[in-house]
Amino acid sequence: MSRTDYTVDVDAYLAKNTYNTDTEYAHIVMEPEPPDSEFDKLVMACPANRYRLNKDGKKSFYYEGCLECGTCRVLCGNTILKRWTFPHKDKGIEYQYG
Amino acid sequence: MADYDAIVVGAGCAGSVAAYELAKAGKNVLLIDRGVQPGKKTMAGGRIYIHSLKDVFPDCEKEAPFERRVTHERISMMGSQSDFTIDFTSNAMSEEGQDSYTVLRAKLDPWLASKAEAAGAKTLFGSAVTSLVKDGSGKVSGVIVDEKELSADVVVLADGINSLLVHDAVGAPEAPNPMAVAVSVKEVISLPANVISDRCGVTSDDEGTAWLFMGDSTDGLIGGGLMYANKESISLGLVLGVAGAAEQAPTPIYQMLEDFKKHPTVAGMIKGGEVVEYSARMIPEGGYGAMPKLVGDGVMIAGDNAYMCLNIGYQVRGMDFAVAAGMHAGQCAAKALDNGDVSAKGLECYVKALEDSFVLKTFKYYQNTPTFMGKHPEIFSKYPDAIGDMMNSMFIVNDEVTPPLIDSVSDMAKKIGLFELLKDAKGAMRAL
Repeated sequence: MSRTDYTVDVDAYLAKNTYNTDTEYAHIVMEPEPPDSEFDKLVMACPANRYRLNKDGKKSFYYEGCLECGTCRVLCGNTILKRWTFPHKDKGIEYQYG
Repeated sequence: MADYDAIVVGAGCAGSVAAYELAKAGKNVLLIDRGVQPGKKTMAGGRIYIHSLKDVFPDCEKEAPFERRVTHERISMMGSQSDFTIDFTSNAMSEEGQDSYTVLRAKLDPWLASKAEAAGAKTLFGSAVTSLVKDGSGKVSGVIVDEKELSADVVVLADGINSLLVHDAVGAPEAPNPMAVAVSVKEVISLPANVISDRCGVTSDDEGTAWLFMGDSTDGLIGGGLMYANKESISLGLVLGVAGAAEQAPTPIYQMLEDFKKHPTVAGMIKGGEVVEYSARMIPEGGYGAMPKLVGDGVMIAGDNAYMCLNIGYQVRGMDFAVAAGMHAGQCAAKALDNGDVSAKGLECYVKALEDSFVLKTFKYYQNTPTFMGKHPEIFSKYPDAIGDMMNSMFIVNDEVTPPLIDSVSDMAKKIGLFELLKDAKGAMRAL
C-alpha cells in the first residue's frame, strides 16, 4: 500500500476526541519543502495521520488533531521539523478515556 | 530559601506516587502536569500489575478506579490465513497482591494525584514545564513553567518518553532513538458491560481478559496487537517499532489498525461497538541498555523517561515499574532533603533502592531481549504461519490420512529453524 492508498478515515475517529485547539500557536511546524525520504516516514508512522501526501503530490501537515505522541519528533525532529514543542498552557488533546 | 522542597514534573504513575511519598514525609512538594487534569495527556494499553501499587496504597483494589480484574490471559499467533489463540486462567492470577487490572488513564491518574493532594501535595495542572533551572554549580534548582521560575531543592522528572528535560538533567540523548521506542495507536470501543463479559467468557462484569496478538496484526513486523476489556469498553490497539513503522511497514500504522479490526478474531470481539476515543503514544522498548543515568545534582528521573517499560512479547508492563520508581524516588528524595544533601551522591539511595528491587533486577535480567527479538524477526513473520500449518494438519479432516501430531511438530520445527532459535535463546538465556 503506498502513501496515498490507505482507505481509513482517521479524521472521523479524531472527531470523537476532545481537543482544546490553539488557534494561535502551532506546536509543531514542518519545513515547507521536505524531501520525500523524510516526509514519507511521517506519512507512514504518524498515528494521527497528520502528515499527508495529497493526490497532486502536495505535502501537508496539520497540527490540529495531533495526539502529541512524539513519534514525528523521534523520526524527523532533527531533519524536517522546524519546531516540535508541547502545546501552550492547557491546549491540545484532552483524553476522556486515556 | 527555595519555593518548594521538591517539584515533581508529570502526574502519571511515577510522578503522583513520588509526590505522595514526599508529602507524606512532610515535604513541601508541587506536582505539575501539562494536562488540565492528570490523565488527559497520557494513554495506557492498558493493564496495571498492582503488586507495587499495593506497597503504596494497601487498599487500592477497593479504592482505585480500576476497570476489570484480569482473569483470562490470551495470546494469539496470527498467521496470514490462521489464528492460534491460547486462553489461560488460574486461581493464582487472582490472588491478592499478584493480580492485575485493566485501566483507563483519564480515570486512574486523577485518583493517583488526589492521593498526593490528600497527603498535602500542591498541584499545578494545565501547563508544561519548558526547561530546568540550574544554579552556578550546575545543580538543578528549579523549573520554568508558564515563563515563571519556580525553585526547589530537588526536582523529580516523571515526564514520560517525550521528556524535553532529561537531556539537560542527566545527559540523556536529546531524543529517543527510533530503534529504542515503539509507537502505539489505540481505539476505545464502547460496548455494554454484559456483552463484554460474555465475549470474555466471564460470569462477572468485574472480570475480563487481557490479550496480546503477534504476527499478522503488524504485517509480520516486530510489534503486536493488544486488547483489554474495560468495564464498558474495549481498548484495542497496535504497537510497532518506530523505525519499522516508518521505513519497513508496507502499510501506514493507522491503516494497520483498521485492518486489524477486520480480522475475524478481533471483529468478533468488537462487533456492535462504537469508537469513542482514538489515541496514541510512544513506548520505550530499549530496556536496560537504553536507560540513562537516573540521578543528577538536584534531580532524579523515573518512569518512561528512564525507559522503565518491559516488553518480552507475552508480557508488557510499565505502570508497575513507574509506581515503584515513584515510590523510591519520593522516599529517597525525602531522606536526602533531611540529610541536607540532594547532590547526585546524596540521591544515590534512589538508584540503590531500584537495584535492590524488582525494578532494575527485572530490566537487568531481560537486557538482551530487545536484541534477541531484533535478531529473530521470524518470531513475528514466520512462526504464526508455521503454527497455522501445524494446527491445520491437526484439526482438518478430509480424505487424506491425518499425520500424527509429532510429525507435524517436527516438520514445523525444521522449517522455521526452531532448534537454531532455541540454541540462540539458550545462549542469551536471560532473553526469554
